[in-house]
Amino acid sequence: MEEETILERLRKEFPAGVKEVLTSLGDEVAVIDKEALLPIATFLRDGPGEFKMLLDLTCVDYPGREPRFEMVVHLFSLSRNRRLRIKTGIDESDLRIASLTSLWKNADWLEREVFDLFGVRFEGHPDLRRIFMYDGFEGHPLRKDYPLRRRQPLIPLKE
Amino acid sequence: MTEEKRRRPPAGQFITTQFNSLLGWARKFSLFHYPFVTACCGMEYMSAACAHFDIDRFGAGWTRFSPRQSDMLLVVGTITHKEAPVLRTVYEQMTEPKWVIAFGTCAVSGGIYDNYAVVQGIDQIIPVDVYIPGCPPRPETVLDGLLKLQEKIQHQDHDWRWKKKRS
Repeated sequence: MEEETILERLRKEFPAGVKEVLTSLGDEVAVIDKEALLPIATFLRDGPGEFKMLLDLTCVDYPGREPRFEMVVHLFSLSRNRRLRIKTGIDESDLRIASLTSLWKNADWLEREVFDLFGVRFEGHPDLRRIFMYDGFEGHPLRKDYPLRRRQPLIPLKE
Repeated sequence: MTEEKRRRPPAGQFITTQFNSLLGWARKFSLFHYPFVTACCGMEYMSAACAHFDIDRFGAGWTRFSPRQSDMLLVVGTITHKEAPVLRTVYEQMTEPKWVIAFGTCAVSGGIYDNYAVVQGIDQIIPVDVYIPGCPPRPETVLDGLLKLQEKIQHQDHDWRWKKKRS
């Protein structure tokens, strides 16, 4: 019952921002609009849901689909022991999206990871630079169109 | 040096070949190793190095955590392109004579990680003497690799300070 009310409340609060709500394997999922990410995330953290913890922030590349990228945010409510997933489509032509660092501090490195591997630009991030790959690395390796055998060595290799 | 020459050296070279053999014997039983441990193979390295399998029985018990004091480099685990310059620097800091063991499939060939991040075998960066396969290799395999390296050192042409250099 409680799961329904959070998703219903979300729909009521943001009728334009929430595109779709569903439950998947007992967890709540909300597919939302890119522009509504920050207000919805603020509502989920400070509202009745009490999702005080950001578990994970990641991204998926669906080549040929419109929009191409889908950012997935996993939230956890410590007081209610509930999980919630937010999915947001990001189009290739406009890779900008609001940063969540103002709400959850650990979003900093997670967003740097998504920026590094997928090239999503987080607006309002305090220090958006690569976290895994080195300076001078070209492209974003977890994109499906990154060539499988493309290597970018830092020092010359033998053979 | 060919097999024939090693068995019956020319008369004038008798002393030097004997000294070469003595040096090989001394060096193969006093390997100071530097473990460059980056991944899960490290667990097997610990097992091989500590009391259960005890690498010290073969004269390689002295683990040094400075490349400047060691002569055997154990590259244990996956080496990424980001890490490659570090490994090259560590190798270059080691004093001569030095030997390198590629420990585990990742160090040998990149293993299952055929992707953008991983070096496909450390022999693309530094010279390797012995390759130890396995994911991870059992400690017995590691000790076998060490024995192979010792055999190689014993029969190697050694360099020393007053050696007459062949141009």
